[in-house]
Amino acid sequence: MSDIMSIPAPLTSKDLVTDQDVRWCPGCGDYSILKQVQTVLPELGLPREQIVFISGIGCSSRFPYYMETYGMHSIHGRATAIASGLKATRPDLSVWIVTGDGDATSIGGNHFIHLLRRNFDVNVLLFNNQIYGLTKGQYSPTSEEGKITKSSPYGSVDHPFNPAALAMGADGTFIARSMDRDPVHLKDMLRRANAHKGTSFLEIYQNCNVFNDGAFEIFTEKSSKKQETLMIENGKPLIYGANAEKGIKLDGFKPVIVELVNTSANDLWIHDETDRVKAGILARFFDDPSKADHFPRPFGVFYTENRACYEDGMNQQVADLIAKKGQGSLDALLRGRDTWEIV
Amino acid sequence: MENTTEVLEQVIIKFAGDSGDGMQLTGTQFTTTAALLGNDLSTFPDFPAEIRAPIGTLAGVSGYQLHFGSVNIYTPGDTCDVLVAMNAAALKANIKGLKKGGTIIANIDGFDPKNLRLANVAVNPLDDNSLDGFRLIKIDVTKLTRAALSESGMGTKEIDRSKNMFVLGFLYWMYSRSLDASIKFLTEKFSKKPEILDANIRILKAGYAYGDTTETIITRYHIGAAPMKPGTYRSIMGNQATALGLIAATQQSGLPMFYGTYPITPASDILHELAKYKNMNVRTFQAEDEIAAICATIGAAFGGALAVTASSGPGIALKGEAMGLGVMLEMPLVIINVQRGGPSTGLPTKTEQSDLLQALHGRNGEAPMPIVAACTPSDCFTMVLEACRIAIEYMTPVMFLSDGYIANGAEPWRFPTQADLPKIKVDFAKDKNGGEKYLPYKRDDKLSRPWAIPGTPGLEHRIGGLEKQHETGNISYESDNHEFMVRMREAKVNKVADSIPLQNIDNGNESGKLLVLGWGSTYGAIKSAVIAARAQGLDVSHAHVRYMKPFPKNLGSLVAGFDKVLIPEMNTGQLLGIIRNEFMIPAIGLNKIKGNPFSATEILNKIVEVSA
Repeated sequence: MSDIMSIPAPLTSKDLVTDQDVRWCPGCGDYSILKQVQTVLPELGLPREQIVFISGIGCSSRFPYYMETYGMHSIHGRATAIASGLKATRPDLSVWIVTGDGDATSIGGNHFIHLLRRNFDVNVLLFNNQIYGLTKGQYSPTSEEGKITKSSPYGSVDHPFNPAALAMGADGTFIARSMDRDPVHLKDMLRRANAHKGTSFLEIYQNCNVFNDGAFEIFTEKSSKKQETLMIENGKPLIYGANAEKGIKLDGFKPVIVELVNTSANDLWIHDETDRVKAGILARFFDDPSKADHFPRPFGVFYTENRACYEDGMNQQVADLIAKKGQGSLDALLRGRDTWEIV
Repeated sequence: MENTTEVLEQVIIKFAGDSGDGMQLTGTQFTTTAALLGNDLSTFPDFPAEIRAPIGTLAGVSGYQLHFGSVNIYTPGDTCDVLVAMNAAALKANIKGLKKGGTIIANIDGFDPKNLRLANVAVNPLDDNSLDGFRLIKIDVTKLTRAALSESGMGTKEIDRSKNMFVLGFLYWMYSRSLDASIKFLTEKFSKKPEILDANIRILKAGYAYGDTTETIITRYHIGAAPMKPGTYRSIMGNQATALGLIAATQQSGLPMFYGTYPITPASDILHELAKYKNMNVRTFQAEDEIAAICATIGAAFGGALAVTASSGPGIALKGEAMGLGVMLEMPLVIINVQRGGPSTGLPTKTEQSDLLQALHGRNGEAPMPIVAACTPSDCFTMVLEACRIAIEYMTPVMFLSDGYIANGAEPWRFPTQADLPKIKVDFAKDKNGGEKYLPYKRDDKLSRPWAIPGTPGLEHRIGGLEKQHETGNISYESDNHEFMVRMREAKVNKVADSIPLQNIDNGNESGKLLVLGWGSTYGAIKSAVIAARAQGLDVSHAHVRYMKPFPKNLGSLVAGFDKVLIPEMNTGQLLGIIRNEFMIPAIGLNKIKGNPFSATEILNKIVEVSA
């Protein structure tokens, strides 16, 4: 071995591309997300071998095969549980979970909420396309009521989950939303998610152009994006509209849409990412955009909180016990408390 | 009247009372003292599934059976010589298990009108001569305990809690034992509660003195030390031994242990035990459910930990899909099943061996994994250590089978020292093994694949549940490759047979008229039955299988050496079917599905019948 440690060349996005052909449908929103992740990761200064992508089952869960890092394509709904065990024993790794709306909020719902409450320091990218794609088009737990699909020819009677509100309810410590068609915003959210110590939950609205095309069009298309989305930033007032002419203020705990011409900017709701109560209200902005007087859909970081991570607590307990009791002796353990001799 | 002392070879005592009467503690204390005196012994607790069933009812009866002697003891015994009955329900529930002419020690206060009503007993059996066939010793334990502590300043409720110590003291007197070990135990347990310590010791001594001063019994008994292999012994329960075996595997492999589990009877005690030893490189994770428990374990194995999950039948069923992932990933995992009565929730606190076929086949697709089974409480240590060794050496999930009987049963254990234990060699991949590339599924001569853990530069790779291409591990739907890989995974598991001992005959000849072939916790009952049958001059041998998949290489030729093969099992014939199928022999089953273990007599009767 050479005495001089060679400093590896910084990663480029190309270093993160594998030799496997990407097999998503042409036009799928997943391509954009893959590209943004491969663009952002090299900026983070992590060596490739320290990064692990873990996924469940579904279209999004093919993701690890396309990342030249360590990875596991596991079973339906369980990526969160698998990542928990990995992070518990290997806190040194940068662990990314890739999941979908069915994977995370249906079959894996239980592990998802428990991951959030335990607050392992991992990043969860939930590709929400509001449909089951890999199984060819059934409604998902995030599909809107009345959704007509192969499994709901007369319309779905299921009330949908709002993943951001669900994550708030599970005491998530970082909750954000972005979309596949806004690369700049998505990259920014990926950076924020990575920077947060704790479980970073990033919901990404992702278009399935085969089974649910245009589900998020109203939020992503230029013609309607400004009117229908609320891009939230910490410390900034909630303002939206084609000409930034509308704002949101709080009347007690009740959010109200106001015209800026009639309202002083000082009266507007100033976004505070650390305010749990207000973040809870904001995460509940989930109106059907076809309804009159609906609220715009927020994108950005709803909430962040610094809370102890499970793996730190677990390993601290081990360290404390070693400090107190030493590393223990197997012989003493095997011997136990009461022994007797047979001669 | 002068007391006389009679020497006995062996005695079986059943301690029975309400769940709140402290019978488990009384039993374990008597056991510890017997062990320290050099008796061989075997115990079996028998408690209700309900934590606190209504006081005084049959549902609330908790029992603890102890078999100890100056001879070798292999089971907790069939019918008991002495029944301690703290109340009417305890007597009613256990009287059929008492030998004719056996002794009943009854707490009079537990037979008051209220207790009789709760036990659904019309007439007080202590007064109606219905127990005439037994020797009845009536003691007003409650009254005597209260009298002894009348000046302690303690409340009646608190005082009554120590009445089990009175019974223990009385039995110590009856069997000529010292109080020292129990006094030592109490002193440690109540070191911070001097008044309770004082009360307990006082009652223990009062019970002993009661035997000494009253003329209740004129004969005391002496049971000497058993002829056991020289060495240092301790008492061990199966779940405890399993936990120690896992910690030993951690030390011998140098890997940190990750134990992911979800509470379930009768496996939880392994978690309780391990959680105490976090300073010994153990991390316990109480997951949100059974699936998360095994999945977290898979994640930990991917990261390079000694990864273990445990459950009982219902939980194992939930883990099925993830076990299949483990098989596909070829990841070292140990899955512990402490079996209980099934199906479904079944009999949570009762024992059964009915998950052998689940262990073999309870996964979708062709998903073979090695299976080992412990046969006694202390054997749990040896076999779980073996499970860890096989998992790591062969990069495969391994199932370890125990059951409620050995999990909670105890026996003396001539424990090993660390120096006696084998090292488990761990060889994380460091270098590329395919020229420019790292091939995660390239195999060695054991057909095992390399273990490259995240953090290793240059070996970045992806694995998953989809079928793998040979060597590269890339996704492959190619038909010939699939068949090749299915057969490869099976061949790898079968290759484990190269690393396990040949099947031995535990007792008897290498061939002959009858082989009793057992597996798991039936060991003690079969052992006792075969000893008795051979003493009668019958040509019978005993072999006990501990490696269930793959079998030891000589098992087929061994069973072929006998005219008949008898397989006793606590199920409807699971090993029986496998043996018949694999070796094409007309093996005979002896099957019991009653939630409790075989008695030696049941097996002996069958041996006699089959030998005729």
